[in-house]
Amino acid sequence: MTDVLIIGCGVSGAAAAMELSRYKLSVTVLERENDVSMGSSRANSAIVHAGYDPRPGTLMARLNVRGNELTRKLCADLDVPCRQCGSLVLAFSEKENGTLRELLDRGIKNGVPGLEILSGDEARRREPNLSGAVTAALWAPTAAICSPWELCLAMAETAVKNGAELRLGTEVTGLERRDDRWIVHTNRGETEARYVINAAGVDSDTVHDMAAPHEFDVKPSRGEYYILDKSEGGRVNTVVFQCPSERGKGVLVAPTVHGNLIVGPNAEPAPRHDTATTASGLDFVKETAKLSVPGIDFSQSIRNFSGVRANSGRDDFIIGMKAPGFLDLAAICSPGLTSAAAIGEYAVELLGREGLALEKKDVFLYGRKRTRFKELSDVERAALIARDPAYGRVVCRCETVTEGEILEAFRSPIPPRSVDGVKRRVNAGMGRCQGGFCGPRVVEILSRMLGIPQDEVVQDRTGSRILVGETKEVPENV
Amino acid sequence: MYDLIVVGGGPAGLAAACSAWDSGLRSILIVERDRQLGGILNQCIHNGFGLTYFKEELTGPEYAHRFVELLGKTGVEVRTDTMVLDVTADRRVHMTGPKTGYRVEEARSVILAMGCRERTRGAIGTPGTRPAGVLTAGAAQRYVNVEGYLPGKRVVILGSGDIGLIMARRMTLEGARVLACVEVMPYSGGLTRNIVQCLEDYGIPLYLSHTVTDIRGRDRVEEVTVCRVDERRRPVPGTEMVFACDTLLLSVGLIPENELTTRAGIEIDPRTKGAAVFENMETSLPGVFVCGNVAHVHDLVDFVTQESQRAGAAAAKFVREGEAAGESLALRSGNAVSYTVPQRIRPQNVDKSANVFFRVNRICGNSQIAVTAGGRRLAAFKRDRLAPGEMEHISIPKKLLEGVTGEITISIEEVRE
Repeated sequence: MTDVLIIGCGVSGAAAAMELSRYKLSVTVLERENDVSMGSSRANSAIVHAGYDPRPGTLMARLNVRGNELTRKLCADLDVPCRQCGSLVLAFSEKENGTLRELLDRGIKNGVPGLEILSGDEARRREPNLSGAVTAALWAPTAAICSPWELCLAMAETAVKNGAELRLGTEVTGLERRDDRWIVHTNRGETEARYVINAAGVDSDTVHDMAAPHEFDVKPSRGEYYILDKSEGGRVNTVVFQCPSERGKGVLVAPTVHGNLIVGPNAEPAPRHDTATTASGLDFVKETAKLSVPGIDFSQSIRNFSGVRANSGRDDFIIGMKAPGFLDLAAICSPGLTSAAAIGEYAVELLGREGLALEKKDVFLYGRKRTRFKELSDVERAALIARDPAYGRVVCRCETVTEGEILEAFRSPIPPRSVDGVKRRVNAGMGRCQGGFCGPRVVEILSRMLGIPQDEVVQDRTGSRILVGETKEVPENV
Repeated sequence: MYDLIVVGGGPAGLAAACSAWDSGLRSILIVERDRQLGGILNQCIHNGFGLTYFKEELTGPEYAHRFVELLGKTGVEVRTDTMVLDVTADRRVHMTGPKTGYRVEEARSVILAMGCRERTRGAIGTPGTRPAGVLTAGAAQRYVNVEGYLPGKRVVILGSGDIGLIMARRMTLEGARVLACVEVMPYSGGLTRNIVQCLEDYGIPLYLSHTVTDIRGRDRVEEVTVCRVDERRRPVPGTEMVFACDTLLLSVGLIPENELTTRAGIEIDPRTKGAAVFENMETSLPGVFVCGNVAHVHDLVDFVTQESQRAGAAAAKFVREGEAAGESLALRSGNAVSYTVPQRIRPQNVDKSANVFFRVNRICGNSQIAVTAGGRRLAAFKRDRLAPGEMEHISIPKKLLEGVTGEITISIEEVRE
C-alpha cells in the first residue's frame, strides 16, 4: 500500500509528487499516457504569469503569485529554461485604459510586485514593434516565459529520484473506499492508497466523481497557437497580452525560451480531448495578434498546435479534501502552469492537516543538469566530445542537438518512449524542419535504446506508430 | 589552412570539389554530415538522373557514385559524419564529428553546398489533429529506400513536387494504395515526365486547384478532407471530399538550407531563399561561393553539377587571383519571371558566356525569353512552353554584355497566334 497516490502526471501532479517526495512517505503517480506532461501541461502559452488576473481573495490569486516566485526559482534550480522577460497588457481605447487600472488594482491586492501603467509611447519604446494604436499598457516585471514540459519533467524526475514510483500507461477506472484506504482500480490491476490526489486535469471532474458526490463539470476550452521560426523570435522581447475578456486572457504574442515566437490562443469550447486546430481559429488568432504587433510575418510559421484548458466555469481552481483521504487538485485551468509549484506545496499542507505524517527525509536529491551542446563554448564542446564521441554527432541540425544529448535522456529518471518524448527532453525536431531531417534518425535511436523494431516506435502516444511495417522483402536467390 | 573547404558532400559539393581540383587547387576539404558522400541522391533510387550530363539514365546512387569515383582519383580530403556549425566572415569553418571532435579550420575559399529542406505542415498551416502519419515525402523516401520500412498503406499526397510524385510511384510499388495527389495550384509543381510516369501510369488521380483542409485521427491519420480552391486559393465550401487514409505525404516545396549562410552575414535573395550570387556563384562575401539547391532549388541534378563545376572553378580562380574586378550588372526579373540566378553579372569576369537559370511564375505557351537592357534587346530565346515546375536556362554570350550598364531584364513575351 502506498501512502499517497497521485492520479495524473501533468504539472500539478508532478509538483505534488515532488513536494511529497521530500518526506518519509511512499508516493505513487499514475499516468495514463506513455510520458509525463501529456495534457494541458504541454500545450499552453508557456507563460509564468505575474498574477494580476485572478480575482483577489481567490485561491487562484494566492497560488498564482506564490507560484510565480517558486517557478522562477525552481527553473533555475532544476535547469529548466525560464526567462523573466516581463509582460505588457495592451489597451487600445479609453475603456481599456480603465481595464488596465482595474488589473493594476487587482494586482496590488494580489501582492504582485512592480506593476506600472505605461503610456502608449512608453510601451512602444519598450517594444518597438507594437501597434501605433496602443493607448496604454500594464507592465508586470515578474512575468516570465518557460519550457512547460521541461518544468513538468524536472519535477517528476525529482520525485522519481527521491523514491516516488511513476507508473505510465496506467489509467484509473474506479476508486473504492474500503476501511481507511482507497482501492484504486486501473487498466493494470488495483492498488491501495491511504490518500489519493486527483490531478487529472481535463478529466479531474470524472476522477472526482469516482470518489465524491458530483460537484463540478470541466468545460474544456480549446486554444490554438502558431509557433514561428526563430527569424521571428525577436519580434517582441516581452509577453504581449491584450485586455482580458470573459473568454480568457486574450491572444498573446511572446518570445519562447527556445528562441521562437508564440502567438495565440483563441478560446473555443471543444470536446474533452480534441486538440485539433481549425482554419477559423487560426485565422482569428492571426488577425487578433496583428492588432498588437502588426508586423508579425506568419509565413515564418513552423507549427500550429492547440491545447485544452480545464475550465470549470468558476473563477477559481477547485482544490480541497472532497472525501476522506481524497484531495482534489481539480479544474486547474490558466494560470495552472504558473501555479503548479505552489499547488504542490499547498497539497502537502492540506494532506498534513488531514493527518498525513510529514517527516522530512534526511537526504533529498534536488538539482538537475542536462548537457546543452548548443550553448557550450568551442573548448567545452571539444572536451565533451573527447570524453564521449556521441556528443560530436549532430542529429537535429535545426536545433543543434547531438546524439550524446539524446542518449543522456535515456539515462535520466524518466527516459523517453516516443519521438515527441525525445523532442520534449532535448529539443530534437522542434526546429524549422520539424523533424523532417532528424525524425528517421531519432526513430533509429529509439529502436536501438528501447530494443524494439523501428516500426514499433511511436511518434507520441501509444498507438501513434510512424511506420506500418517493413517494405516488401527481396526473395533470396534473385 | 585549406585552399578550399566545401560544406556538403552531395552532388553539388562533389562536383565543386572535383572541379576545383581540376582547376589546380591541391588543398581541399569536403565536410559531410552523413556517414557517406552522395547526399540526398543516396535515397533517390529511381532512375532518370544524368540524361543531360552523362547522356544516359542513372539512379541517384549511381549518379553520386560517378562523382565519388572521380573524387577518389583526386587528393581531396573528406570528413564524413561531421557537421559544420558555423562559417565566419573570415572563412573559419567550425565543425563537429564523433571521430574528428570539435575543430575550427581556416580556408582561403569556401563553397556552401548544404542543399535544401522540405516545407512542412506547419509552414502551410493545414488544420486538424496532429497524429502520426503526416510526413514529408523526403522523410518517407528515406524510410522506404534506406531504412526499409513502409510509412503507410493508404496514402494521400499533398503537393505535386517531384519527390511527392516519385513517392506516389514508390509507395504503390511497395504495396500501398495512393488515393490522390492534391495540388493547390492550377498546374503541377513537378516535372511533366514525373506526372506521366508516377501518377498517370498508375492511375493515381491528380486534383489541381485542390488542397487538404482537415486532418483527422487521434494517434494515427484516419482521414483527410480535400477541397477545391478558388483563384485566390481559398477552399470552396461544398466541394469537400473525404479520403479514409492512414498517411498524408507532403510535397509542398523545398527551401534552401541557409542557416550557415545567414549566420555568416551573406545577402539572401528572398525570392530564391538562397544567397544572391554573381555570375560565378560567388556570394556577397568575397571568397564564399554557393552551388546546387542551397543557391536555388533545381529540378535536375545535371544542372546542379554544371553550376557546381562553375563554382569550383571560380573558387580556384579566387584563390589564385584574388577578388574579381569590374562593375556589376543587376539582373531584373521581368514579366512572368519569378527569379534569376545569378542575381548580378560582372561582364569582365564572364568567361565565354553568362549562364542564367530562372523560373516562370505561371504557365506560358509559345514564348520568347527576352534579354533587354536600357530598352535595348540584347538577345531572345524561343520556347514552346514554359512552366513553373521546370527550371529554365539561357546562356548570354559575353560580347552581348559589353557596353551594358545598370541592369539587365529577363522577361517572357508570349507569342500570340
